[in-house]
Amino acid sequence: MNDGARHIWTITKRELSGYFASPVAYVFIVIWLLLNGVLTFLLGGFFEQGQADLANTFFTWHPWLYLFLVPAAGMRLWAEERRLHTMELLLTMPITAWQAIVGKFLASWLFLIIALALTFPVVITVSALGNADGGAIFTGYVGSAMLSGSYLAITCMTSAMSRNQVISFILAVVICFLLILPGIPPVTDFLLSAFPEKVVRLINSFSVYWHFLGFQRGVLDSRDLIFFASVAVFALFSTSVIIRNLRAG
Amino acid sequence: MIKVENLEKHFGTKRAVAGITFSLERGEILGFLGPNGAGKSTTMRMLTGFIPPTAGSITVGGHDMLENPIPAKKLIGYLPENAPSYTDMTVYGFLSFCAELRGLSGEARKKAVHRAIEMCFLEPVMHQSTDTLSKGYKHRTCLAQSILHDPDILVLDEPTDGLDPNQKHEARQLIRRMGEKKAIIFSTHILEEVDAVCTRAIIIDRGKIVANGTPADLRARSEIAGAVSLRVIGTAAEAVKSRLGLVTGAKRASIVKEEGAIVWARVYPEAHSQNGALARYVADTAVKESWKVEELHTEEGRLDEVFRHITWSETGKQEEKP
Repeated sequence: MNDGARHIWTITKRELSGYFASPVAYVFIVIWLLLNGVLTFLLGGFFEQGQADLANTFFTWHPWLYLFLVPAAGMRLWAEERRLHTMELLLTMPITAWQAIVGKFLASWLFLIIALALTFPVVITVSALGNADGGAIFTGYVGSAMLSGSYLAITCMTSAMSRNQVISFILAVVICFLLILPGIPPVTDFLLSAFPEKVVRLINSFSVYWHFLGFQRGVLDSRDLIFFASVAVFALFSTSVIIRNLRAG
Repeated sequence: MIKVENLEKHFGTKRAVAGITFSLERGEILGFLGPNGAGKSTTMRMLTGFIPPTAGSITVGGHDMLENPIPAKKLIGYLPENAPSYTDMTVYGFLSFCAELRGLSGEARKKAVHRAIEMCFLEPVMHQSTDTLSKGYKHRTCLAQSILHDPDILVLDEPTDGLDPNQKHEARQLIRRMGEKKAIIFSTHILEEVDAVCTRAIIIDRGKIVANGTPADLRARSEIAGAVSLRVIGTAAEAVKSRLGLVTGAKRASIVKEEGAIVWARVYPEAHSQNGALARYVADTAVKESWKVEELHTEEGRLDEVFRHITWSETGKQEEKP
C-alpha cells in the first residue's frame, strides 16, 4: 500500500469505528431497517402484488429514505471537525486534504453499505416466496449503494460549509431533493404536457431517481454508473474547494 | 530549521500578520509573545501548513511549506490552540490514530504512543474517552500527540494554557528538556514563562515583530533596568529623594511609595551599563547620611513592563506608572 492509500485507510478506520463507538449508529441502522420493513411490507404492498420482485416494493423507497438518513449519517463529517477544531490537527498532519476527504467519505459510505447489506432478510423472503430475479436484485443493490454514495458526497460538501450540523443536514436534504425532483413521475407527467419528450428526457437525466430506475429493473447501464460517480466526484471536489477556502481565510 | 521571510496574512481588509521575518535553529526555544489578536496563532497556523500565507515564504528543514508541504509537515509536531482532540476516542486510541497518520505502524507505533503517554503523565487516563478529561489532561493529550514522532521542530500554541501551577511547571520542564535537541517555538502571554524556558523571545504586536532577543536583552530595555531601589526607615521621603538625586551617576530619583516611617525610593542611572556602580554610590551615600537602610538592590528590569511599554507605545500614549 502506498502512503496515500494508507492515510486514507487510517482515516476511514477511525471514522468508521467512530460510528460504532456511539449508540447513534445502532439507532440509525434500526430506524433504517424498520422503515424499510414498514414501507416494503405495508405501504409497498409486497404480499398483495403477488410477484417475487423487489423493484416496486423495496428499492423504490430508497431515494426517499436516503434523502433523510444519508444527510443524518454524514452531517457530522466535517462540521464536527470544524466545531472541535480537530481540522487544524488533521490538516497539519503529513497528509493531503484529499486523503482526508476521501477517507471520511469512504468510512460513511461503508457504514451505509453495511446498513444496506443488513436488509438481506428481504432478499431471503422474496426468494423463499417465489422465483426471484437474482440479477435484478443484485443491480438494485448496486444502484442503491451508488445512490447513497452520491447523496453522501453532497452531504460531505454541505458538512464542510458549516460548523453547525443542523444546517449541514438541511442543506444536504434540500440539494438531494432537488436532484430527485426532475425524475419523479408527477414532475415528468407535468413536463410532458408542456415540453417535447426529448427535452423532458434531458431534464429527467439530471435526476438521481431517474438513473436509479434502470438499476431497479436489472439494467446495469454505464451511463447510470457514470452519472452517480460524477455527482459524487463533483461534490467531493467541491468539498476540497470549500476546505481550501476555509483555510485561506 | 525554520526560516520565515516577510510572512503576511490578510483576512479581508485586515492584516493579521504584516511582514514577519525570523529564523530558528536546533537547540533554541523561542517564546512568541504578544497581546491577544497580535497574530501569534495565525503565524503558527501558517508555519504548520494549516493556512496558506497571503505573501512571504516558510522553509522548514529545507522544504518549502507551500511547494512541498508533506516532507515539511513530517518534521513538525504541532499543538494547536485549545488543544483539540476527537471526543469519541480514548486517549490511547487518539494517540494511536495520530501515530498512524505520522507513518508509524506495528511495534514502532505502540512504542511511540507509550513513550508519549509516559512523557506527558497520561497513564491514569489512557483508556478514558477524551471528552471526559479535565482541561489539564486534555491539553497534555494533545501535547503528547505533537511529540509522538519525535519531531525536530515543535510548534506549541499556548502549551500551558489552562494548566494548574504544578502542571505548568511540569510542562515547562518538559519543553526545556526537549529544547536541548529540538527547535521549539511556543506562544504564551505568561511572561514568567519566557524567563523560565526561552532562549530567545519575539514580541509581536498587530502582526509585526516589535522586539526580538534573549529574555535578558528584553529586560534590559525596561525603564527601570539598572535602577537602584532601596528601602529606608526613619528618614523623611523628601530628604531621601533630594539627596539621592545628587548621587554620582544618578539621573534622577523618585519615591516609589511611603508607608509610615518606611520609604521606598528608586534612583535611575544616567547610562544603563553601570554594572552595579550606582548601587555602590547609593550605599556610600546612605552610610554617610546614616540612613537606616533595610534593603538595597539593582533592578534587572521587568519583562511585563517592557511588554506593556512596547505593545502600548504602538497603539496610544498611555503612560507607564513609575
